[in-house]
Amino acid sequence: MSLLKLEHVGRRFGALQALKDISLAVEPGELRAVIGPNGAGKTTLFNLISGFFPPTEGQILFDGQPITAVSPNDLVRRGIIRTFQITQVFLSLSVYENVRVAVETAMGLQLRPWISRATRAKVDEKVDELLHVTRIADKADRIVGEMSHGDQRVVEIGIALSRHPRLLLLDEPTAGMGDEETHHMTDLIRRLNKDQGITMLFVEHDMAIVFGIADRITVLDNGTFLAEGTAAEISANPRVQSAYLGTAIEETAA
Amino acid sequence: MSSALETRPSSRPAPSIGGREISAAIIWLALLFVPIWLPAIGGFTDLASRVLIYAMAATGLNLLLGYTGGLSFGHAAYFGLGAYGTGLFIIHVIPSMPLALIAGTLLGGIGGILVGPMVMKRKGIYFSMITIAFGQMFYFLAVRWNTVTGGEDGLTGFSRVPLHLAGESIKLGPARFYYVVLALFAAVMLVVWQILRSPMGHAFVATRENTTRLRFLGVAVDKQIWVAFAISAFITALAGSLNAMLTAFASPDDLQWQLSGSFVVICVLGGMRSFWGPFLGAVIYIAAQDYLSSVTQNWMSYIGLIFVLSVLFFPQGLLGFIKGRGRS
Repeated sequence: MSLLKLEHVGRRFGALQALKDISLAVEPGELRAVIGPNGAGKTTLFNLISGFFPPTEGQILFDGQPITAVSPNDLVRRGIIRTFQITQVFLSLSVYENVRVAVETAMGLQLRPWISRATRAKVDEKVDELLHVTRIADKADRIVGEMSHGDQRVVEIGIALSRHPRLLLLDEPTAGMGDEETHHMTDLIRRLNKDQGITMLFVEHDMAIVFGIADRITVLDNGTFLAEGTAAEISANPRVQSAYLGTAIEETAA
Repeated sequence: MSSALETRPSSRPAPSIGGREISAAIIWLALLFVPIWLPAIGGFTDLASRVLIYAMAATGLNLLLGYTGGLSFGHAAYFGLGAYGTGLFIIHVIPSMPLALIAGTLLGGIGGILVGPMVMKRKGIYFSMITIAFGQMFYFLAVRWNTVTGGEDGLTGFSRVPLHLAGESIKLGPARFYYVVLALFAAVMLVVWQILRSPMGHAFVATRENTTRLRFLGVAVDKQIWVAFAISAFITALAGSLNAMLTAFASPDDLQWQLSGSFVVICVLGGMRSFWGPFLGAVIYIAAQDYLSSVTQNWMSYIGLIFVLSVLFFPQGLLGFIKGRGRS
């Protein structure tokens, strides 16, 4: 069974049809990229899946259950976690404190003025684990607001991981990053997908990254579905080439 | 994966005893001996009680303001409710100080619990405006409800009743009353300190830092603000209750937005991101008020000047400034 399934999903804002008749299925363990030119509806798609607002047409299924009318809070509980185009972290706290509050709230401790030694040990163990998985443990004491954009995005993913995501939605994970940071991020995405088996859906502009790591690629254009397939299929697809990528796609894929 | 994780060093910062602990020890020692040294330098003990009461009220506010990020301009409401609750309890129910303090604290705290849900969804300036509005509502209630509250003249006719302990009646002079205030101030500081190092406190700070992030982690942020608001109101109400016992008086001014503003000034002056900031702010504020008001009638404008200068030159408050210097 598909982990995520969209059936003829659309979203209208007044007179504007931002998304129209989108159907797609993401299988468990898949690393799926969503691409398309500006205004293609990629972020709208993310907002629909993460419950930011409901679709005006069609329905979305997660794990076979309709989630069209489910609140963002419940979606988090079911395992759909997202990151934002603008990094959302706790800026004046350290890396350690960022991940710690994420772990504590994941354990439902946010209203506990006191916790036992055993619970604290459990929190610390989980925090350590996440800091090591994201390979940012050596910067645990740094204030996040004073770190590079790339490091902040890594912290954001560490926070998201505290929720044990079954589906991780990453909105332009490498936007605005330098080469080394981009490499670190793509490596992290690949490891989380392969080692931890987290299903991921990500929006990305950098075609080298998309073709390098995605299992499958969905192409949107002007709010509609254009194509879907593997990197080879997409780069060979004449509709994609003419409508969106032109010749650039062959250069990066080659 | 877990086998590889066992041998790694913990990324948790190691606790250490440093300047902070030594400073705290010095402050507590100084507070403990106030009735000895303060009169020697020309102060009087009731002034120190007043400092602690304002420090307590501001510490309560700061849990909401500095740590949870909710700028309440109406915290005098809970201070005043505490004061009136204490006075009315002694006059009409039982003349017992511990019970009256509990009654006042409960009245103000319950006020905070009830107002909380009406403010918790508001953001920024709207949060501040609606907290002022509720504060002023209590103020007008106190002014208009003459028969119960004494109207504009305030509530009188009660005094600091002796403490009954183990069958003995202990009269509370300035020094003894100071120790009552100090004990309760210490208890409040302990409670706030514990909250700040707990998951609850961490979530308060996260609310201040990024509400959106926290909400999209599935945390009920409104409830978090409500709880911070209520705890904060309880602490400020306890301070108000003690103030009524200190002055044997509850005034509509205890509910006024000017006093709410003073609490905010105290927090900002001392440093709202610092545990001891509100205390330091209260020391400066009350000392300046006491000294300046004996020199000039326009003492408020000098306090205003001190406030403006401190915001301009120490935006993190005095304690934030001192800590920043220590670090560099």
